[in-house]
Amino acid sequence: MDLFEHQAKELFAEYGVPVPTGKVAHTPQEARAIAAELIAAGSSKVVVKAQVKAGGRGKAGGVKLADSAEEAEALAAQILGMDIKGHTVHKVLVEQGSAIAQEYYFSFLLDRANRTFLSICSVEGGMEIEDVPHESLGMIQISPLDGVDLAKARELAVSGRLPEAALDGAAELIERLWSVFVDEDATLVEVNPLILTADGKIVALDGKVTLDDNASFRQEGHEALEDKASADPLEAKAKAKNLNYVKLDGSVGIIGNGAGLVMSTLDVVAYAGEGLNGGQRPANFLDIGGGASAEVMANGLEIVLGDPDVRSVFVNVFGGITSCDAVANGIVSAYALLADRGETVDRPLVVRLDGNNAELGRKILADAALPGVEQVETMDDAAARAAQLAAAGA
Amino acid sequence: MAIWLTENSKIIVQGITGSEGLKHARRMHRAGAKVVGGVNARKAGTAVDLDGESRPVFGTVAEAMATTGADVSVVFVPPAFTKDAVIEAIDAGIPLCIVITEGIPIHDSAVFWAHAVATGNKTRIIGPNCPGLASPGKSNAGIIPADITTPGRIGLVSKSGTLTYQMMYELRDIGFSSCIGIGGDPIIGTTHIDALQAFQDDPETDAIVMIGEIGGDAEERAAAYIEQHITKPVVGYVAGFTAPEGKTMGHAGAIVSGSAGTAQAKKEALEKVGVRVGKTPSETARLMRDVMKGLK
Repeated sequence: MDLFEHQAKELFAEYGVPVPTGKVAHTPQEARAIAAELIAAGSSKVVVKAQVKAGGRGKAGGVKLADSAEEAEALAAQILGMDIKGHTVHKVLVEQGSAIAQEYYFSFLLDRANRTFLSICSVEGGMEIEDVPHESLGMIQISPLDGVDLAKARELAVSGRLPEAALDGAAELIERLWSVFVDEDATLVEVNPLILTADGKIVALDGKVTLDDNASFRQEGHEALEDKASADPLEAKAKAKNLNYVKLDGSVGIIGNGAGLVMSTLDVVAYAGEGLNGGQRPANFLDIGGGASAEVMANGLEIVLGDPDVRSVFVNVFGGITSCDAVANGIVSAYALLADRGETVDRPLVVRLDGNNAELGRKILADAALPGVEQVETMDDAAARAAQLAAAGA
Repeated sequence: MAIWLTENSKIIVQGITGSEGLKHARRMHRAGAKVVGGVNARKAGTAVDLDGESRPVFGTVAEAMATTGADVSVVFVPPAFTKDAVIEAIDAGIPLCIVITEGIPIHDSAVFWAHAVATGNKTRIIGPNCPGLASPGKSNAGIIPADITTPGRIGLVSKSGTLTYQMMYELRDIGFSSCIGIGGDPIIGTTHIDALQAFQDDPETDAIVMIGEIGGDAEERAAAYIEQHITKPVVGYVAGFTAPEGKTMGHAGAIVSGSAGTAQAKKEALEKVGVRVGKTPSETARLMRDVMKGLK
């Protein structure tokens, strides 16, 4: 889960990482009130920053400086509702302006190739990290067994060639950032820019944090950080039912078992749908896992058919430990369950069963003669048929 | 010979008293694997029943190894306890530890991997979040269905579970020496490269299928390795050409890996070193079929 800038900074503040004083506003009036407070407390300027989970906000006009509460209100009115790289701005962060002497870059992240953690530090910050010359980046691997103490933190700051005047403050900030990274189960903690202020202080002027969803069982506070408001309603419903569903923009609903097989199914459907009635594409990713019980199948169908753009559904199951006869029985029972819930399967279903007991599974489905269900033996042919049905239903 | 898991492998299950652990211990036993016992500190001294045969439950991996001569551990404990279970297996010096558990925090995987490295890499770790390792006709360690394929001379390495099964099934008439699911987590113990190397060195493997998916740059690194070290034919498949962008990688991550992690980039990297890459799983199976015909 990626955090908004203001959430990242609130987290930083909890760990003693210096950040500018500020608050989130959802309306121009709120922005004005916060700006007035900051100005009354001594800020000569305030910054109004769009809160979206996308880079390049400054270039898009989502970050503006104001000299007065009135100006902050007017800027917030401009920025709220703005579209930045497909993300609508629903809130702005209003914070005290900082007198920037220098801008640096710092992050802790996962180094997949070396199966460890990494710090990246650079005396050049404030721009997109891709634009920083590679040779100016100090990259140091960090063993999770050693961690980062103050001495190590200083070494990391030195690796980015930060000037002497910045080292003490940076080391202190970096040590605390490491605590954020480890204690919050983050996979990325990025500060860009990390600034040296005119009066010699080190401050995190921006913050980007990615949290590990796998750690939610021991991170009780993380659930409150979820952006439930802008989550897709079908995705939210699927999550509540413990289904791994991602909404896409096509017309062929997809249900399969195993993430790799479902990802592969999306590809095969997209190939098969090319050029069919303007192109048919997968409408979603849905992995129902290994068991494929009646209830899981019924929940899956309900979610997928809840998408009005879906015109056909492709159920692609490989029977491994749960053999195909069990899966077929699951589909038959799912129809009964849906009927009990007052739902009908009103769009065609293409089912491909392969693997253990495939023949028995196919026979069970054929004998049940469920309305709108067709069986196709291979994944490629079934994908083609599902795409065809979606094109015909358009 | 197969890689890493043979008919002589003696398997213990960490978490054998849990429902998944016991279910799969029984399955492995039925598939002909030598399951010699299990571990659960709170149930030490008890026993479990594998289709009428009793197997002891030990308090620690070290005791289980000392008593049974076990050389493989399969880990089914819940995510919150997996880090400690794997570290225990490493400290006991077991040669092979297969971590099936899904949903382990990345910081925990990073810690047990660092521990393995710090103690001299004496334990090969496979996973986490993987289906395990099967050497058809010989042994089965993990959750790979035993009866979907036959013994043969293809080696298979894959990030994905069900795509592994799909490929094993499609090529069941030709058969496999070993099939290994390495898992798709950001930090995994055994990589594509480790498996490629082992298959290259295995006299019972003639050709290799490698299945990858979007994310990271493991496939690109595997391609570079293939160019330098693999002389056996390799057929590849990559899933996720149409998957939506921007799930895991931050900007800094992309810089570190030096690759966008897209399916297209992986396919190109593999094809550049002479790996034939299928567009679908079925086409990949056909390509392998052609390779095996050519070898006869």
